[in-house]
Amino acid sequence: MRSKREAGFQDRILDLFTSSDALVSVVVVLLGFAVGTVLLIMVGRNPGDMYSAITQVLSGYDLRSGVWNARYIGEWLVMSTPLILCGLSMAFAARTGLFNIGAEGQYIVGLTVAQFVALYGPQVAGLHWMLAVVLGMMAGAFWGGIVGALKAKYSVSEVVATIMLNYVAYFASRFLTQLIPGANTYRTPSFSQTARLESPFLMALTNGSRVNYGFYLAIVSVIVFWVIIEKTRLGFSLRATGLNKDAARFSGINVTGSIGGAMAISGAFAGLAGAIVALGSFSYGRVLGGYDNYGFNGIAVALVGNSTAGGTGIAGLLFGMLNSAQPLMQSRQIPKEITAIISGLVVVFISLRGGVRMLLEWRMKELARKGRVTE
Amino acid sequence: MNDFLRMIPSILMIVSPILIAAVGGMICERAGVVNIALEGLMGIGAFTAATTHVLLEPSLPFSIVVALLFATVAGMIFSLIHAFASITLKADQVVSGTGINLLSIGISVFLCQIMFKQERTEPFRLGMMPGPLGIYPTAWIALAVLLLSWYFLYRRPVGLHLRSCGEHPQAAASAGIDVKRLRYIAVLISGALAGLAGACLVLTQTIQYTVFTINGAGFIALAAVSFGRWLPKGILGSSLLFGSSVALAIYMVNIPSLRFLPSEFFSVLPYIITLATLVIFSGKDYAPRAAGQAFDKGRS
Repeated sequence: MRSKREAGFQDRILDLFTSSDALVSVVVVLLGFAVGTVLLIMVGRNPGDMYSAITQVLSGYDLRSGVWNARYIGEWLVMSTPLILCGLSMAFAARTGLFNIGAEGQYIVGLTVAQFVALYGPQVAGLHWMLAVVLGMMAGAFWGGIVGALKAKYSVSEVVATIMLNYVAYFASRFLTQLIPGANTYRTPSFSQTARLESPFLMALTNGSRVNYGFYLAIVSVIVFWVIIEKTRLGFSLRATGLNKDAARFSGINVTGSIGGAMAISGAFAGLAGAIVALGSFSYGRVLGGYDNYGFNGIAVALVGNSTAGGTGIAGLLFGMLNSAQPLMQSRQIPKEITAIISGLVVVFISLRGGVRMLLEWRMKELARKGRVTE
Repeated sequence: MNDFLRMIPSILMIVSPILIAAVGGMICERAGVVNIALEGLMGIGAFTAATTHVLLEPSLPFSIVVALLFATVAGMIFSLIHAFASITLKADQVVSGTGINLLSIGISVFLCQIMFKQERTEPFRLGMMPGPLGIYPTAWIALAVLLLSWYFLYRRPVGLHLRSCGEHPQAAASAGIDVKRLRYIAVLISGALAGLAGACLVLTQTIQYTVFTINGAGFIALAAVSFGRWLPKGILGSSLLFGSSVALAIYMVNIPSLRFLPSEFFSVLPYIITLATLVIFSGKDYAPRAAGQAFDKGRS
């Protein structure tokens, strides 16, 4: 009798885990933090310092000195913006059954094009930055579209293709940006104020942080993502393609077109992230010296957010919090790489999620066997 | 041409780690598991080797050998995560690979900060020394790894079994082959080789481990596996080609006849070539048929 009730309890927990993806994400993130905390204790650091750094990012309040500064909140939002957008990029592809490791490349293409428009575009207030953002987005869409076309037409694996295109984008960006007159090996001349995404209102609100119109664009993107995926015919055919390609084809959905379109939209989100970083956080064009890694972290963001609009937004804020807490941790003698460890662990744990499902299947099999025996 | 001949030792130095990692990637994919964690596993290997060598250098004359050994073991241990997730739990192989790549940078630099109080290992005084003709021993290691992989894959029953797991695991299982066990072995070998490759890289090309040490070598190895059509002789060719183009990107400043090209041209070559060949040969599928799929006994 007692064992039966226990089994019932375990079943209910397992049921909960398999039915609620959001709960799994929460548990996975908590596990990541738990392991990170244990790791810090093992190497003789005070994990409390990590949490106080995180508190300072979230609230702007420094627990050690008691000083409040809203700038930290602003910087958190600045850091979250590209992560949310790259997460949406990955998520959009995932909903169509594609694995877009190429957000990094699409981000770079968007960033590079936005920088060029910022330097050479019409210096008209309002128009200038909008043009840079739109063209950056289109460049990202183009770069993602290439992957979609290769996949749909030549059945080239999108995983391999995107890894290759990331590097092509990176080296092309370096080469082209260095061609700009006045550019050296790490930066171009400053661009005109009309190209900047600066928002005086948000800046005043956050005590002069770099938070800018980009954050509004990220919020709009989350909504657009939700509308496209959940409320349009396009989104329906994309999701159908992702769930079962053959069934989608037989019900008259243009699968080839869906794949190309999905990768293009996915790329547009990443391209937008690039444009926002270029115009929001910098006043000059950068010659990239390495990946910014927003694209790769976007993979973790989308996985934690279960590829839904709202989930990805929240996960982006979470990873943005980790990233922007880095310098604060470093100043508290906590190696800032602990955040990369936590992100990596979260992704690894998510990949272990299959284990829960297998446990459930095994349990059902056991129950079925037992049932047969008693009957 | 003379310039090119003089570059051969440097080219071999850069080719060797790529080739070793590519052999690991090939074995893994031939068994049906895609391993995009090569990059991260190389990082773990490079960090382990650099740390071991720095710490043992003053006291032990053979510390380089120990460093190579430790790096191999570290790579293998880390690849266990990938094996467990993708084989036992049937997780998405790309997700667990991505997780390892993220984790690798985090853990290696985290440990640097704890052990050396900086974001890199202490520099070691003397790395690996080149042998006759200025060729580093890593080239011979790479050659041995390649020949051994060919011998086992094509001249031993275990190689046939392993390849069958990547082509049609259900058929292999019905012939009495333990698919999961062989896939585990393949992933662990690829982890060990990636770790060894990272060690070879850090001990010949630089004097310490930093975040930028591997710098895409693992992804180039992954490209070399595709371009080499998953065959030992193929990946020998592709690794030589890709390694040379990486070397040219670095050393072209010394070659006046090439100076009109930007160095990015050579850096980007491996990726463009791989993409182009994937498109050109898209009709014929050279990839192991079951690569990337979890083994499910019940599926036909």
